[in-house]
Amino acid sequence: MKPKFDIQGLSVYFHRVPYLRSVHLTVPVNRILGIIGPSGSGKTTFLRALNRMNELEPDSHVEGAALLDGRDIYHPKYDVVGLRKKVGMVFALPVALPMSIYDNVVYGPRLSGSQRHRQDGLVETSLKAAFLWDEVKDRLKTSALRLSGGQQQRLCLARTLALEPEVILLDEPCSGLDPISTGKIEEALTLLKERYTIILVTNNTKQAARISNEVAFFLMGEMVEAGPTERIFTRPGDKRTNDYITGRFG
Amino acid sequence: MKLIGEKGVRGILLGIAFSALSALLLIALFIMSEGLPFMFRYGLKGFLFSSEWQPEIGKFGIFPMIVSSLWVTLGAMAIGGPLGVAGAVFLTEFVPRSVMRVVKPITELLAGIPSVVYGFIGVIVLAPLIRGHLGGPGLSVLAGSVVLGIMILPTVISISIDSILAVPQSYREGSLALGATTWQTVHMVTVKAARSGIIASIILAMGRALGETMAVIMVAGNSVKIPHSPLDSVRTLTANIALEMGYATGLHRQALFATGVVLFVMIMVLNIVAGLAIRKRVGKK
Amino acid sequence: MRIPPRLTQAGAFVILGSATLLTLAVLAFIIGFVLQKGLPVLSLRFLFTNPQDMGRAGGILPMVVGTVLLPVLAVTLATPLGVGTAVFLTEYTRESRVTRLIRFGTDCLAGIPSIIFGLFGFIFFVTTLRMGWSILSGGLTLAFMILPTIIRTSEEAVKAVPKSFREVSFSLGATRWQTVRKVVLPNALPGIVTGVMLGVARSIEETAVVIFTAGSALRMPTSLLDSTRTMAVHFYILAREGISTENAYGTAATLVILILAVNLLAYWLMHRVMAKRS
Repeated sequence: MKPKFDIQGLSVYFHRVPYLRSVHLTVPVNRILGIIGPSGSGKTTFLRALNRMNELEPDSHVEGAALLDGRDIYHPKYDVVGLRKKVGMVFALPVALPMSIYDNVVYGPRLSGSQRHRQDGLVETSLKAAFLWDEVKDRLKTSALRLSGGQQQRLCLARTLALEPEVILLDEPCSGLDPISTGKIEEALTLLKERYTIILVTNNTKQAARISNEVAFFLMGEMVEAGPTERIFTRPGDKRTNDYITGRFG
Repeated sequence: MKLIGEKGVRGILLGIAFSALSALLLIALFIMSEGLPFMFRYGLKGFLFSSEWQPEIGKFGIFPMIVSSLWVTLGAMAIGGPLGVAGAVFLTEFVPRSVMRVVKPITELLAGIPSVVYGFIGVIVLAPLIRGHLGGPGLSVLAGSVVLGIMILPTVISISIDSILAVPQSYREGSLALGATTWQTVHMVTVKAARSGIIASIILAMGRALGETMAVIMVAGNSVKIPHSPLDSVRTLTANIALEMGYATGLHRQALFATGVVLFVMIMVLNIVAGLAIRKRVGKK
Repeated sequence: MRIPPRLTQAGAFVILGSATLLTLAVLAFIIGFVLQKGLPVLSLRFLFTNPQDMGRAGGILPMVVGTVLLPVLAVTLATPLGVGTAVFLTEYTRESRVTRLIRFGTDCLAGIPSIIFGLFGFIFFVTTLRMGWSILSGGLTLAFMILPTIIRTSEEAVKAVPKSFREVSFSLGATRWQTVRKVVLPNALPGIVTGVMLGVARSIEETAVVIFTAGSALRMPTSLLDSTRTMAVHFYILAREGISTENAYGTAATLVILILAVNLLAYWLMHRVMAKRS
């Protein structure tokens, strides 16, 4: 089966300094790939390379290729704006735009001129998939800033889902959240993988063990090893992976 | 908008961003094109240093106006400077922050009052006071300085407050921990640290005072002569331009534009000096 | 003789406090004086009738109209230019020689005294472009004058929009212009409006510029090419020529109240923005 993402020797430089070195990785479709590793190991840089968000930083430079469905997203002619609709992202800190809940969710679709009559349905489906619908269905027009942290993060997920992407990138989405909100998001992701390919960066190895199908371990800008979750956690090939997982360093 | 595309939008915004610069160049161009030829034809020395201003017979010496402008401005400095700095120091170091936050905008209201109102009150209230108690015509350098001094207060207070607030709290704490009173801390530590910002505010205010027109026309007397005492009636560069522009033609008009050039240069120099003083403060931190 | 520190502290408090009180007292005096003499003259009739006998009698309606039209025209031109510049500097470039040049131009423009703007407006709009003494000449010149203020306040307002908002917008597939239009500008709006109001206040009080560009016609203007008199100019002429001290005060009172109102509105808006941020 063809992988969704085929990363071939991807390196990312900021101000000529390499933050990510020659990563080779295939991401299978309709699975959850967990990316683990200590802080500063390049996990976020890798994630942001997949929807070309790194380009927003000044003086950034990329080598290698990242093939999405067989086509290199770093090809000069590749449509960046379209890429970001296909590959959605949820950030670590929930950032609700200062608008109503409804407007937050339809923000993306409105940009590409979606039709009015579709929007209500889209909002409902997306919020349901993010496990937020029941809590907000009576106040869709109120400001999203009034939601709790956990609710805002689910809103961000719904917002991304509303664009009907194919891949969802999540950068430590539960880092500031309470266990119940974390649980809800993990539940949502587990269901969502049936229809989407999910790549999840997490500092919490237990979370990775809980919900991901595959795991990739990053250390100091390099990908050390990747494979099925079960194998990585029980019989890791590399000593460094073992040390990290067993908590020798964090 | 879709037709233009992102590159087009950036191009349009780039063009718009140059509007301020273009305006500046346009203004400089037109003022200079009217004023510079005159200055070179008439002779720079005669223009700047002669005391004879008699347009009817073609004499255009603006020395008295330059001197008058400087005197009035310096006088404004002497009045507005200390008053403003004193107010700024009081509001930042001697009263609670909440009081400052209310009073600062109120002093900025002073800046909103039209200069003509200032001038008028100067005529109705100040000039008779001067005439009665100190002699002279009342409409004088002194009157101009007082009125301008008050007009520049908001600038001095506002920027000085910002400069004093920018002094790190650790400086104050260090001094107080050594047993100094607030006043001792203020004049030995805080004000010294905020010095360049305060000086910059005064220089900036000088630029504003130099450029003020309406108030000085009403209150300084407008006689063309070099002042020998603060009670003399004088005409500033700005007043000269404003008073005669209405009916000046030909060479006379060009002379007025040339006066404008001189004024422009003087103020630019002041602004650049002020800018350097502010930059020194940022650099020192 | 060494004065004990307690004494110098108390002395400083008194002296500096007096200086501050003096400043506030002067402000109160000016406003009080104008209002005291002018409020009796102020009435709806005063505001809404035409002047008679060169302003000795009657009201100031044409001047009110002029005082409204000129700032409106100035702001209409200066706001898109100012906001556009601010957006360009924050969203579309990094600090470079170009941005430094643009800022230099803006700062210099801000430092030019009003009389020079008056001269410029006269030689450029009134004479060279043949617009004559008109609302158009006045409005355009005033626009140049308030441009730096709007650029500065708009830039601060745009910069204050959190970076994360922009990131989210981009990650949802928005282009830069869409992000500016839909996220940045709506959020920066209160700050921008504050700058616009400050520009309006400045236009209202400007006298030298207006006289040289819009002239001083007493009649009600009927087109943009008509000359007009603003309240500030009217006040100046009434006071200087000694035409009618009474009406001068009335005009001054109207002017002061108007400017105070605009300034207060601007500050209230600014505080609402601050409160929303925290």
